Amino acid sequence: MRSFLISMATVIGFFALGVSAYSDGAATLRQGTPILTEPEAPKMNKVENKDVKRVRNYPEQPPTIPHKVRSYEISTNANKCLSCHARTRTGESQAPMVSVTHYMDRDNQVLATVSPRRYFCNQCHVTQVDAPPLVENEFIDVEHILKAE
Amino acid sequence: MLTPFKKLWGMACWIWSHGNRPAKHLSIGFLTIGGFVAGVMFWGGFNTTLELTNTEEFCVSCHEMGDNVFVELKPTIHYSNRSGVRASCPDCHVPHNWTDKIARKMQASKEVWGKLFGTINTREKFLAERRRLAGHEWDRLKANNSLECRNCHSTTSMDITAQSTRAATAHQTFLFTGEKTCIDCHKGIAHELPDMTGVEGWK
Repeated sequence: MRSFLISMATVIGFFALGVSAYSDGAATLRQGTPILTEPEAPKMNKVENKDVKRVRNYPEQPPTIPHKVRSYEISTNANKCLSCHARTRTGESQAPMVSVTHYMDRDNQVLATVSPRRYFCNQCHVTQVDAPPLVENEFIDVEHILKAE
Repeated sequence: MLTPFKKLWGMACWIWSHGNRPAKHLSIGFLTIGGFVAGVMFWGGFNTTLELTNTEEFCVSCHEMGDNVFVELKPTIHYSNRSGVRASCPDCHVPHNWTDKIARKMQASKEVWGKLFGTINTREKFLAERRRLAGHEWDRLKANNSLECRNCHSTTSMDITAQSTRAATAHQTFLFTGEKTCIDCHKGIAHELPDMTGVEGWK
């Protein structure tokens, strides 16, 4: 009897959890569409390709990519980004050089080439699309906070 | 022991002696017109076959091409793009001019050899050879000033004001001055790249 009660309570608990998760908007990506209905796919936005630097929101922010990177291969074989942004390539490309921190290993020892831990550019640097934010953002630039004081 | 060779030699002598003599029964009209018609048929057949081997279906009919390079082409701009105009294999890999095309086709007989002996008949073998094979194409395009690119992308029709700033600058600085040719910068635009260590302009 006792074990039956426990299992019943568990089942009801899971059910309640599932219902609350569903109704409190956990399934935000579906935009509230019922699970059995196929929602209409949202519009795909174009990648910005203006070649104009964007302001960083805080000093350590990895700068966003101001151009298209379609089919730019970053693999063990090749890194298309570095063919413009590597130190030795910047003369010809006039692209900004990969920051010096990327040429350092974790003991801050400067290396001749980009450190393997910094090789996959798009782990931190991403392109941007001109789209309304999916979720509200309350971030305030530190400068604004300082000015407000 | 030499009998078969003697027989062959005898046959060759017979053909030569008959081919070398004026026709006994055929009129000059038949020979002229017949020769012309046969010539047209031969030439037509030759070119039709040549064009048949110059299609994407033909290239992709070998799994070496279909499972490797063709799959890689599909997500790139030369296969899927906004206007729906696309390049097929021979557009880029076979010269369009007749003499150059024949020269390339003769070179390509090596590829038949490779097919027969399975030089790249697995993905691993293909990847192992990729640097060399890609190098052949880079060298070819470098030598003919990226002719196959320019068959579609003409500098005369290229409106750099419609390009992004960095593309316009690069084309003005390097392409229009003749300092570089297309393939110098645009490697790996239609297929994945091999190990680029030591390739100029790559890190």
